[in-house]
Order: sequence, then structure tokens, then C-alpha cells
Amino acid sequence: MIPGAFAYHRPTSVKEAVGLLAQLGDDGRALAGGHSLIPMMKLRLASPAHLVDLAGIAELKGTRSDGNDIVIGAMTTQHDLAGSELLGAKVPILRETSLQISDPQVRYVGTLGGNVANGDPGNDMPAVMMCLGASYHVMGKGGERRIAARDFYQGAYFTALEGGDVLTAVRIPVPAAGHGYAYEKLKRKIGDYATAAAAVVLTMSGGKVLSCSIGLTNVAETPLWAEEAVKILVGSALDAATVKKAVAAAEAITAPAADARGPAHYRTKMAGVMLTRALARAKARARG
Amino acid sequence: MAKSQVSMKVNGKTVEELVEPRTLLIHFLRDQLNITGPHIGCETSHCGACTVDLDGKSVKSCTVFAVQANGADIRTIEGMANADGTLHALQEGFREMHGLQCGFCTPGMIVRAYRLLQENKSPSEEEIRYGISGNLCRCTGYQNIVKAIQFAAAKLHGVPFQEAAE
Repeated sequence: MIPGAFAYHRPTSVKEAVGLLAQLGDDGRALAGGHSLIPMMKLRLASPAHLVDLAGIAELKGTRSDGNDIVIGAMTTQHDLAGSELLGAKVPILRETSLQISDPQVRYVGTLGGNVANGDPGNDMPAVMMCLGASYHVMGKGGERRIAARDFYQGAYFTALEGGDVLTAVRIPVPAAGHGYAYEKLKRKIGDYATAAAAVVLTMSGGKVLSCSIGLTNVAETPLWAEEAVKILVGSALDAATVKKAVAAAEAITAPAADARGPAHYRTKMAGVMLTRALARAKARARG
Repeated sequence: MAKSQVSMKVNGKTVEELVEPRTLLIHFLRDQLNITGPHIGCETSHCGACTVDLDGKSVKSCTVFAVQANGADIRTIEGMANADGTLHALQEGFREMHGLQCGFCTPGMIVRAYRLLQENKSPSEEEIRYGISGNLCRCTGYQNIVKAIQFAAAKLHGVPFQEAAE
């Protein structure tokens, strides 16, 4: 399979990349790790006339602390995320999620920025970012702006990004020390997208849920933030009856496609099962 | 479309070539450099037969453009043997443990296992299986591939390989 012809650009700064993309308009696409875009190009589902490779831009790499936030450069790979000591200590759900994305070869190349900016409902990081309350740094023609992950996803492959925009970094407020977390993903085999997956971050105090957040992957056209389910859980001891009620509320907001991963109602139920497991594991990991 | 000049190190040798931007690294290696160890299996980033080592990472060369590898240091199965021509411990392991049947997946398997052992000198069986999960084999059922990698890890440590009781 051979992709359509294109001109290749390799800018060395975000400013240069934004300038190029703005000038190229619909003919240009940003290339991060390329492990979603290149397969699409091989199938000729995408045939950009120009590719703007972000790999030569040093400022898009690296992870740093900024006050109570952690800022991760868009070109940080899944492999880097899984291996980062800072992230392992502060936001361990990122490691757990990274290691469930595709396979080792893809994780060496696939980037966090590409994963969250692509808008594919099958990508795992978007729901985790909604769960964590992350925001995205976006550089465009008019300068830099920040967009909350919870406001970013509009439909399958439709996001708040506009022509000429480059998502440069992901900003994550560090969850409270002693928080519990889990990313539970059901997939048919290594390398597959989720049949359904659930991300949970929570804090406990005196055996009760003090705070909680839930994200769901691949059970609607966009990743989902399960706000109603969270309201039911906060203040509870995560007893079976309350969890059941919350899971029903989470299932109610899903609208999965029926595909080779199963009929829609099955995938909705699997989202519920993943959430039940993620809550139990997050609770077991939480202190307090 | 205008061709781009690329320069990279492949198995220790510097190559300079002109490529179309859309040329995939696997086609560049096989058709332009005649390095046919990396195989084209699925062409959809699933099977891992095209795996090469690129700047210390295992990558699927069917999902990378040659222009992206400009300046890179690449190793393929052709570059695995020791300088004196003897087999690398992994190659020996695959031979001794019968880690291949048809052999189609073997170049990718060995190159991937090479990077795995660079990162984890004595992986458990589970870590080996997870580490090669991006490489498909349709003959062996993986059993002897795992043993071959265990053999190589032991050999690189200078200890004889003890096969676990089944």
C-alpha cells in the first residue's frame, strides 16, 4: 500500500509549523508519530498534499512540573509516558493507560499529542484527560489558547482545533496525594481499540468518596465524562447498591456504534463492567 | 513530486539516497537498499514482520516514511550477527530452541527481542510475551520463540539456559 504523493516539511519551531499550516490550509496536515495518519494515508482515506512533521521541534518534547500542574509536550511518546518517573509518582494512571495502548512498537512512536488531538473515539488518552480535568495548549494564528479536554471533543474526528492550530502540550492538574486510580480496558486482542474502557480517579476520606471523576472510551462518537455517575458516588462508601446506580447512570450516556467489537447494547454493558472494575481497583489503591 | 535527500546509518554503514516523501521506510530498505530482511507482512501496522531498530526504538518500518528517518541509526536483521561473523545470541537461540518454522516473522521477532533485552536484561516469561506482543507468528504458537529469547538472555549473561519444566 502506497500513500498518495505529498510534499514534506520539517519545521524546527512551533511558530514555523503554525505559519506553514495556516498558509497550506486544508492541503496541510500536521504529522506527529503518524501511527494513525500514515495507516489512513496508505488506505487513501487521507491524502494531504503537504505533511508538516512536528518531530524536529524541540519545544514539543519533555515533561515538567508547573506549580500544581504537570505539563507534557505533545510529542512525548507513549513509551516515554510509561517510563517517566515523575509521571509514575504523580499521575500513575498515565502509565497504566499507556501500557494498554496498542503494542510496544507503536508506543515507541505514538505520541500523547497525536492521541488526544486525533479525535478518534478509539483513542485511550482523551477519556483519561477528561477524567483528570486536563487542558490542551493550542498554538494558532492568533497566539496560544487553552482548551479543556472536557470541551475539546465535538464528534468523531471533530475537535475544537481549527485550521493552522498545533496542539503543543497537555496540562494536567496533579491529583491529590493518596488518590486511587484505574484504567480498565476491554479489548479483543493486543493492538485493538477498546470494546469499552473506563478511567477512574478518586480520593477517599474515612471510607467515603471525597472526590471522583470518570471518563469512558469508545462508547460514543466522543470520549465521555460521566458527570451524573460521579454525583451519585461522591459521599458514598462505594457500596454495591450505589455503584450499581452510578454504573447505570454512566451506561445511560453511552451511544456506541455496533461494529466488529459487538452490538451496541453489549458495548454499553461492557462500559458498565469496566467502570465497576475500575472503581473497585481505584478504591483499593486509594488511601484514606 | 520532488525527491528529498536522506542520509542515515543502516547496519553501521552510512547511506545517502534520494527518496520520494511518500516512500515508506520498508520500501526504501527493501527496494532501494536491497535490505530484504525486514518483511512486508500485513502492511497495516499489526504484524511486526517489518520491525527495525531505529535510534534505540523498535519501529514498524511500514508505518514510517523514509524521510522521517533522515539522520537515524537503523539496524535490521542483516546487522545482528557479531563482527566476527558468528551468530548473535538471539539468532543462536532461535536456531537452538527451534524458534521458527516458516521463518517469515523471524527477522522482526529477533530485532524486536534485541531491543527488549537491551531494556530488560532478564525478562520474565510474561515480560517477554508482553514485549513481543507487536509481532505475530502464525506457526509456532510462540512457545519456542519465548524459549529462544530466554536462551539469548541467559547466554548474554554468561549462564547456561535452563529450560523450565513443562
